[in-house]
Amino acid sequence: MKMSQSPWLLHYDGSSCNGCDIEVLATTTPVYNLERFGVINTGNPKHADIFLITGGINSQNAPVVKQIYDQIPDPKVVVAVGICACDGGIFKECYNILGGVDKVIPVDIYVPGCAARPEAIIDGVQKAVVLLDKKRQQMDAAVRPAAGRA
Amino acid sequence: MVWQKTLQVILFLVLAPFAGGLLSGLDRKVTARFQGRQGPPLLQPFYDLAKLFRKQSLVVNKLQTFLVGGYFVFSVFTGCLFFAGGDLLLAFFAMTLGEVFFIMAACSANSPFSAMGTQRELLQIMCSEPMLLLAAIGFYKVTGSFMVDEIVGTRVSPVAYLPGMFLGFLFILTIKLRKSPFDLSTSHHAHQEMVKGTTTDLTGNVYALIELAEWYEEVLLMGYIALFVINREWWSIPLAVLVCLLCYFFEILVDNVFPRVKWDKMFRSAWLVTLVFGGVNLLVLLCVRLIH
Repeated sequence: MKMSQSPWLLHYDGSSCNGCDIEVLATTTPVYNLERFGVINTGNPKHADIFLITGGINSQNAPVVKQIYDQIPDPKVVVAVGICACDGGIFKECYNILGGVDKVIPVDIYVPGCAARPEAIIDGVQKAVVLLDKKRQQMDAAVRPAAGRA
Repeated sequence: MVWQKTLQVILFLVLAPFAGGLLSGLDRKVTARFQGRQGPPLLQPFYDLAKLFRKQSLVVNKLQTFLVGGYFVFSVFTGCLFFAGGDLLLAFFAMTLGEVFFIMAACSANSPFSAMGTQRELLQIMCSEPMLLLAAIGFYKVTGSFMVDEIVGTRVSPVAYLPGMFLGFLFILTIKLRKSPFDLSTSHHAHQEMVKGTTTDLTGNVYALIELAEWYEEVLLMGYIALFVINREWWSIPLAVLVCLLCYFFEILVDNVFPRVKWDKMFRSAWLVTLVFGGVNLLVLLCVRLIH
């Protein structure tokens, strides 16, 4: 059984205008039905595999995003949803905005759009679960030579 | 005799996780259909468990891991005792001990979510345990024994004498299967409400143990339901399986029809239901015995 068969998702709203958040929630409704891939929208970083962020990063939420990222156990994948999460979007030049999510944590998947369409978000999550498997394999590969040396 | 009991225990140890996992999968599928969704695959709970075992485990403190282990061991032990035809009362106390381990594990985490979850878990135990104990007493009054293998050897199904107990048990089964109220700490709907309460600080394989223990517990509760139906005739066994499945479906229905029941409603109603259904049933049994 693969990691990708059970992706649990944590959604964090950085400084989003709520447009992308509504679309993220729309993906869990019967119409788009993200749960058919085994996705659970969890509120707990310690149970999450995918960290889905909407909105840009400002100085207030930067430490929060960092902390949540650190609390998610490996392997984990970060998905930036919406153009603001990708690079700051129309708020990029604002005095309080640092930029996209990748200013504070490594981002694996960028989902553009303003607001990002539910189809695009599902596509992003699908790409993320493939990465989850790859990261698990890398973890196994990193452990094996170490065990061999011991 | 010893061989037969050993075989029963081994069968329970091996088959219960599969049965429990399949029941959970069925639950998610049926719930999704109720809500007009397609739902995850039937085997989704097994995928979840396999994933949790392969995730990194962030241990908050070593004591917590030990206590979770205790919860798992006693959950499994309770089931073994029950399905080997052992003492209902002993099974009841072993289950409670397991729950105490679980609560201590959550308390040791020093997280506000765990603390809040623990308080609700304690309330849940307070609400559901009296009915479990009363049901055991009911079985004793009807069959003259607390031993499961003697209860299943009765001439008439115990439910004929214990209809009130059965209904009361169905009520607390909603709580015990973590269906309703939705804001119970370990409820499967609590992913957002209070960040999964008692299990907030558990990750990876330690959290997987909790899920596995829940599957064992699910099968044990179905065993309790079956105990109401089984008598010495062979046909009572398929009938008991059918009743178990119907009860499980009924619990899913209750969960979906009353999705916003909160813990305070459970707190106000559980003892009342226990007293009215269980207590009156017991009283009637005692009166009938006195008259005869």
